Amino acid sequence: MASQPNLITKKKRKLQIAPYLFVLPNLLIFTVFIVVPTLLGVIYSFHNYDGLNPMKFSGFDNYAYIFTDDKFWSTLGKTLTYAIIVVPLIYACSLGVAILLVQQVIMKGFFRAIFYWPTMISFIIVGLTWRWIFGELGIINAVMVAFDYEQITFLANPFFAKVAVIIAAVWSRLGFFMVLFVAGLLAIPKDFYEAAHLDGASKVKAFFHITLPLLKPTTLLVVMLSMIEAFKAYPLMFALTGGGPNKATTYIVQYIYETGFAKQELGLASAMSVVLFIIITIFTVLQFKLTKGGEN
Amino acid sequence: MTPSKFQKTLTYVLLIAFSALWLFPVLWIFLSSFKNNTELYQFPPTFLPQQFTLEHFVNAFEKGNFGKYFLNSAIVAITSTILLLLINSMAGYALAKYKFKGGTFILLAFISTLMIPLEVIMIPIFKVLSFLGLYNTLLALIIPPAATPTGVFMLRQYLLTIPNELLEAARIDGAGEWKIYWRIILPLCQPILAALAIFSFMWRWDDFLWPLIAISDPSKYTVQLALSNFIGEFNVDWGSLLAMSVITMIPVLIVFLIFQKHLVNSMATSGMK
Repeated sequence: MASQPNLITKKKRKLQIAPYLFVLPNLLIFTVFIVVPTLLGVIYSFHNYDGLNPMKFSGFDNYAYIFTDDKFWSTLGKTLTYAIIVVPLIYACSLGVAILLVQQVIMKGFFRAIFYWPTMISFIIVGLTWRWIFGELGIINAVMVAFDYEQITFLANPFFAKVAVIIAAVWSRLGFFMVLFVAGLLAIPKDFYEAAHLDGASKVKAFFHITLPLLKPTTLLVVMLSMIEAFKAYPLMFALTGGGPNKATTYIVQYIYETGFAKQELGLASAMSVVLFIIITIFTVLQFKLTKGGEN
Repeated sequence: MTPSKFQKTLTYVLLIAFSALWLFPVLWIFLSSFKNNTELYQFPPTFLPQQFTLEHFVNAFEKGNFGKYFLNSAIVAITSTILLLLINSMAGYALAKYKFKGGTFILLAFISTLMIPLEVIMIPIFKVLSFLGLYNTLLALIIPPAATPTGVFMLRQYLLTIPNELLEAARIDGAGEWKIYWRIILPLCQPILAALAIFSFMWRWDDFLWPLIAISDPSKYTVQLALSNFIGEFNVDWGSLLAMSVITMIPVLIVFLIFQKHLVNSMATSGMK
């Protein structure tokens, strides 16, 4: 019994070290590959740096240049337009399908699987798939010709290329957000609808006065996630349109990638990244504030 | 409240129309990959392959070196997933079950980086990889992506629901901290680990931007890089491309079919990807 206190302190010491050891491997990788690059990125953004020669401190030059860079603002504008179209579309479609799927339908699992499956496929294959469909010899042109319209080279037309990108994006992301909405819809108590029904409220009224308000937390999540995704869009466009025609579908991440890796302007590209990050953060915070954190 | 017949019919009509739209593109790719070149480039296209052929699949492996890329992707996806499960569960365990100085700070640091997209730090990441000598190695695709904040957070939340008494009892019985983690925590985490394993496999298998930054040597290409490289070529060989796409989807399809229920349920409750 004499050794008991000693044993306790020994055990206590072990308990104090253990959590650090457990968290260490993850923390180490996390620090090296996320924290350090983030700090480096900020440092680069204040330097003139091509990746080979030594960095030269340039103050706010990169940021000043960005302000005058028309291409930066036009790709950013295109990205914003894309987000403004694609976010509500994804929202409406995934909510619509989720509502259909919480009804009493047979083969629910089968339908869910069909909608969820594209979410599992990489953006590269999604892009290729739709490129094949929209191509000159693709199925959409075949339908057009069958109805006596002329063949269109969709992906060579700036407008149609943008439409194609949006269709592919909605197709590939619907399943993911649908699942979130299904969970949100199932969490709404059934009594609410019964009470509304007894009060003589129509289904449409019930949707706008019960479903939508109670879905606020899910809505916030869906809008925030799909918006951030829209700002980061690149691999899909890479595979579907290559950013063309005539840069019509070149969005901000592709522009940063090209500036950094093709033009070797690492400092400038890093400054662009910082600006992009600030913009994403502003939009996220704004969204969060506007919906009061998604609380009911 | 019984739904009217009209409403039921409408639900089914919409569901079937929508799901047909969602099923069609993949089906179209799949069917096209079995058509010979004449048929592939014929207009208007046929729906079903008239002369079923496997030549594109053979070409993809023989000329396109696709077997190598497939193997690279498999190595990366499997080892990275195992590493992720191990280190994320260790970190999740520490953050859920120990009170220690800096614990909250570490947790917040993990979560806050969910906001930093890879796209924003891709340039300095490239420099870090070069500095460490990991550039152009498969290790670069395995180690860095394994420390996901999402995984740590999911595991931590899950472990919070496990009663502390269980761990105290084990400690009184003289079990060491590692033994508790290995023998008690890991088995208890099985459902969430399974879900995370699927996500991780899918993330790594589908990844494009990270390999694009980390790899330039064609012999180290993953399937997604190989595909993207094929797209970049001036004359697109659609036959091989379609065949490769179909092959690339198979592992994800298998994982999906086996774990479909599990996956959709865990997604619905955790709300994460």
